[in-house]
Amino acid sequence: MAADPVNALPNPPPAPESVEEIAAGLRRVGYLPGPSTALVAFLATKLGKPVLVEGPAGVGKTELAKALARLLGRRLIRLQCYEGLDEAKALYEWNYRKQLLRIQTESDEAGWRDVQEDIFGEEFLLQRPLLSAIASEQPVVLLVDEVDKTDQEFEAMLLELLSDFQISIPELGRIEARTQPVVLLTSNNTRELTEALKRRCLYLWLDYPELEHELHIVRLHSPELDQRLARKLVEVVHRVRELDLKKPPSIAESIDWARTLILLGAGELDQATFAQTMSVILKHRTDLDTVAARVGVVLEPADASAPAA
Amino acid sequence: MTAPGPPPDSGLGPRAPGGFAGQLLAFAEELRQEGLAVGTSEILDAFGALELLRWSEQAEFRAALAATLAKSPEDRHVFELVFERFFFRATEAEAARRRIGEGGGDLPGEQEINLDTLRQQIAAALRDGSEAALRDLARLAVAAFGEGQGSGVLGVDVQRIRRALGLRAEPQPELGEGDPRRAGIPREQLRRFEQHLRRELERALIERTATLPPKRPLGELDRALPSGPIQDLAAVHRVVAQLKRRLATEGHEQRGRRRHAQVDVRRTMRASLQTGGVPVELRYRPRRPRRPEIFVLCDVSTSVTSASAFFLSVLHALHDAFRKLRSFVFIERISEVTEVFERERDFRAASEAISRDAGVADVSGYTDYGRVWEEFLALIEDELHPRATVIVLGDARTNGRPPREEVFAAITARAGRTYWLNPEPRLYWNYGDSVIAAYERHCTAFECWRTDQLEGFVKALTRSTVS
Repeated sequence: MAADPVNALPNPPPAPESVEEIAAGLRRVGYLPGPSTALVAFLATKLGKPVLVEGPAGVGKTELAKALARLLGRRLIRLQCYEGLDEAKALYEWNYRKQLLRIQTESDEAGWRDVQEDIFGEEFLLQRPLLSAIASEQPVVLLVDEVDKTDQEFEAMLLELLSDFQISIPELGRIEARTQPVVLLTSNNTRELTEALKRRCLYLWLDYPELEHELHIVRLHSPELDQRLARKLVEVVHRVRELDLKKPPSIAESIDWARTLILLGAGELDQATFAQTMSVILKHRTDLDTVAARVGVVLEPADASAPAA
Repeated sequence: MTAPGPPPDSGLGPRAPGGFAGQLLAFAEELRQEGLAVGTSEILDAFGALELLRWSEQAEFRAALAATLAKSPEDRHVFELVFERFFFRATEAEAARRRIGEGGGDLPGEQEINLDTLRQQIAAALRDGSEAALRDLARLAVAAFGEGQGSGVLGVDVQRIRRALGLRAEPQPELGEGDPRRAGIPREQLRRFEQHLRRELERALIERTATLPPKRPLGELDRALPSGPIQDLAAVHRVVAQLKRRLATEGHEQRGRRRHAQVDVRRTMRASLQTGGVPVELRYRPRRPRRPEIFVLCDVSTSVTSASAFFLSVLHALHDAFRKLRSFVFIERISEVTEVFERERDFRAASEAISRDAGVADVSGYTDYGRVWEEFLALIEDELHPRATVIVLGDARTNGRPPREEVFAAITARAGRTYWLNPEPRLYWNYGDSVIAAYERHCTAFECWRTDQLEGFVKALTRSTVS
């Protein structure tokens, strides 16, 4: 309905027509999709359903939305959720000051009826992310980040938006989407989302990737890193993930670590380098202790390998 | 189609009506039976998704169904299991109905299968981890060793074939150099091959008898995500995660009634000076979300020995979930163990450390609640405040000593909320030296010695906030 070509960009990239096409496209814009990621992204663009992306922190949930926006040539509108987020911050707000000024300038001549009609017009409406995603002339990608941080009332409000792509404003009536956005919701699974919200979404579970897949990702983001070293790094990260940690390292941490090693000019991942840099991938003191005791010791000692490094 | 009807009592039943759509609905129905909330809208989505895809790839078909039908990690796990079971059975039932055989046992040159070569090939395939090759080899192995009707018990046949192939986890030094079985085969791979064998045997059985065995419902063990080392511990952690959410969002519904923050009159007036006294800019009182602060007291005396492992695991899980948590263990005296739990990630190590150096037993080793309350109050009197939650884990058996409920009342009066989790069945409460009634007047008590009761406690927590 809304995705008709009249409203589209002057020359938007053609919408992907198959799963392979979208997978290739994502790879082109620098995102290596896992097996079901491309499929779900394809379904989302075709079915016009929002996607709920869940998974541990730092596996590329937000990145997926950015990549999709690049791929589809659309603007990315992001709504970062937090505890206590409300309609005024997410949907719209009346520009109270402007309304006041309007009343003051008009108060003498105009009657109440005129003023009332005046001050509740679109001119006095402050668009917040959700409203601007819907009202946009060109289709956008809407990212509702960390939706599990909000409270249930906010979730309920999202429902109207997600199922019908419309927003009710009491003073104005219903605002319907001019174009249909691609919506992604991410969640770190800190709170069970309501059934109603899940029901309206496609579901994508992003987990820590397989070793080879992660190796590709790391090499994509830091191509300067020596290939052998990159493999070693990913292997160590995988071993660290097997331990019972408070916060296991994610892909983001692997990439950070790779960059750190490049900056330090490390030629070898040995005990000394590991001890120096492991705070890049571990964010808790207790985790550091555990990993130092379990993983650090199995690496080669510093002097065993190339003395030049 | 003029396929002869299945024999009576074959378990095949009529095929689900409506062709493919019917099968998909039957699949959704099975998911529902296993506890997934699959609604009509989800099924519609699944059909919508399948319209867009080629079906030649099983992985794609499966991923599309998963994305539309199973919407949490737990659901996803159950989905995988049900998917395997359902489509395997559906295919086999259809094959049996149409009397399509695989011709198993008529493999070309069956007699010439060199058993030794087969053994080696299987071991090599296991080492290389090729799934497709393993499936073919499992079929060959069933053809070679599964002759006759077998014992009729799949598990027995699987083990018989495995032994005949000489596949063992232990090293077999008597075998020749270069034999892939020499160093032993990892258990994980053996298990995978056994699964293939089981499946092939099942297939052969269905084919031979043209009946479908009753499906096995998923056990609690299959259903659980393979995460925790101890199943119970994982369950406790799950419930505690729930508890965390409940405590964290408590009071939000109250906030909902007065959604918008309160206007801070003083600051608004001040800001209005800029605009000549017209309050153009409203200033609000900042809203501070509630941060739960929890004190847990855990009885570790002998009268609760059986429950204390459970309690300690609850404590352990609580520590993982909350930052502002202080925990105490007590028998005759009280001792803070917050440190221990923060240091020890491993549950067993933590409980050992506590039994070793907490020093809570004094003379008799019997719980002295009165003294514990006094010590607790003295320790943290200044830190208790209306936003704090106190949770007591204990059986309230005082061994004849004075319960001192007035001290306990003082604690509950200072703390915002107090909960008591009692590991004894409610039936035994207040019998013998149990004085839970005296304490229950000042707090809410729950019977709690299993994870589902812990779950009940968490649920009750939400209910109590609504009223």
